[in-house]
Amino acid sequence: MEIYYLPTHEYIKVDGNIGYIGVSEYAASQLGAVTYVDMPEEGDELEAGEEFGAIESRKAASDLYSPVSGEVLEVNEELADDPKLVNNAPLDAWIVKVKIADSAELEGLMNQEAYDKYLTTL
Amino acid sequence: MIESKQTCLHDRHVSLGASMSPFAGYDMPIEYAGLDTEHVSVRSRCGVFDVSHMGEVDIKGRDALKFVDHIFTNDASSLADGQCAYGMMTRQDGGTVDDLLVYRRNDHDFMLVINASNTEKDVAWIKSNADGFDVEISDRSADFGQLAVQGPDSEKVMKDVLGIDCSGISFYHFITLPDLSIVSRTGYTGENGFEIYAAPGKIIDMWDKLMAAGVEPCGLGCRDTLRFEAGLPLYGDELDDDVTPIEAGLGMFVKLDKPGGFIGRDALAKQKTEGPKRKLVGLEIDSPATARHGFEVLDLDGATVGHITTGYNSISVGKNIAMAFVDARYATKGSHLQVKIRRKTAPATVVNKRFYTNKYKK
Repeated sequence: MEIYYLPTHEYIKVDGNIGYIGVSEYAASQLGAVTYVDMPEEGDELEAGEEFGAIESRKAASDLYSPVSGEVLEVNEELADDPKLVNNAPLDAWIVKVKIADSAELEGLMNQEAYDKYLTTL
Repeated sequence: MIESKQTCLHDRHVSLGASMSPFAGYDMPIEYAGLDTEHVSVRSRCGVFDVSHMGEVDIKGRDALKFVDHIFTNDASSLADGQCAYGMMTRQDGGTVDDLLVYRRNDHDFMLVINASNTEKDVAWIKSNADGFDVEISDRSADFGQLAVQGPDSEKVMKDVLGIDCSGISFYHFITLPDLSIVSRTGYTGENGFEIYAAPGKIIDMWDKLMAAGVEPCGLGCRDTLRFEAGLPLYGDELDDDVTPIEAGLGMFVKLDKPGGFIGRDALAKQKTEGPKRKLVGLEIDSPATARHGFEVLDLDGATVGHITTGYNSISVGKNIAMAFVDARYATKGSHLQVKIRRKTAPATVVNKRFYTNKYKK
C-alpha cells in the first residue's frame, strides 16, 4: 500500500479507493504514551485538511486532521480498549478507515521520501 | 521572537537528551526519561528538578517585616527566623498578583520566591507599594539557581549525595549554609522534599553529583502532574490577576485578622463573608478523554457553569480528574456536572481537589 503524510503527521495508507488514517511513528514518539483516541463515528464525512478527532497522551491532546475527504467506513475499536497500540505500532494502528472521495487529493500530500526529508527540518 | 533565557543547567539538560520547551521565558526541560517514569520516581523514590527559573527577591531593612506583611496575605510576623510561609500577594480588589514563598532570615531580612512568569510584574508591584517603608528591594533571581529534591528518599539523598544533613529542618523551615545557600523542607509535589537555593556554580556541582548517584532528573511535565494531584495551584491555571485566593480555596493562607492588614484585605474579607461566586473544585470525570485547561464545565441542562483549570489522566489516581472553577452553588462534593471535551460531553462529579494525600514530613 502507498503511504502519504500531512505536515501535522497523520498518514493515509491507500488501497484502491480505501484509505487507513493514523499518526506517524514520529508523532507517536513525540506524544508519549497514548491515553485516548477521540474518534469520529462510522458514517461521518471527513474533509481534507479538517479536524476529525484527537489523540491524547498524559502531556497533551493533539487534534487529528484528515489527509483526504471521504466517508468513515470503520473506526478502529481496538484503540478504545488499548490506545497504546498507537505507540507500539503506529503504522498498523490506523484510527479510521475511509472511502476516498477524490484520489486527486492524494497528490497534495507528502510521500514517504518527502515526509522523511520534512522530518529532518523539524 | 524573544530569545528564551537559559538556566545554569541548560547544557546538562541538552546533553541528557531532555525535550526542551519555552516556559515563563526560559528554555526548560519538559521531560527526560518520560513524564510517567519521572512522576513515579518522585512518588516512590526521589527525583530532582531544575527550578532555577523561579524568581528570588530580597527585602531588607528596618521596615522589612512590616513591609512584607503589608504585601503578603499570610503572617510573616508569626514566623520564627529560619521559617518560611506560603501565601499570595493580592491587589486592592483581592485579585492575585502572584503566589509565593516568604523566607524569614530575621525581621529585617526576607527572601521572596516568586513565579518566573511573574518576576517582572511582581518586582514592579512590590516596588510600587514600598513608599514610606524603609526597605531595600533587590531582584536576586540571576544570583540563584534552584534545585528541588523531592520524594520519600530525598532526605537520604540530601545527606548521602550532597552531604547536607536535613534531619533538623522541620516542614517549612530552612537552614543557611556557610556559603549562604539556602535549604528548605518545601516543595511542589505532595512528597517530602527539599528546595536548594545556591549560586549557579554550586547548583551545577550539586546537579552533577545527583546525576552521578543515579537520581532521576525530572522535568516540568511531571512537576505539573505531581503538583496537580496534590491539589496545589499553578499561577496561570488556578490563580491569576482576576482570581482571588478565597475563590481558589486558599483561605488558610490569608490572615484577614493579622495586625495592620495587607493590600487586598478588605476585599477578601468581604468576599469571605458574602461567599465567593465561584469556587475551585476537584472533578472526577467518567470518560477516557481528558478535560484540559479552558474546557467548559456544564450543568446537567448543558448551561456553562465553569471551566477546567488543569486536568490529567492521573498516574497516581488512575482516572481522568481535573480542577475547575464552578459556580459556588455547584461546589458541593457529590454535585453532578458535565465537562465538554471537544464535541462530546462527559459526566463529572465534584470531589475533593486533593486527589493525592500528601506525604509531607512535618
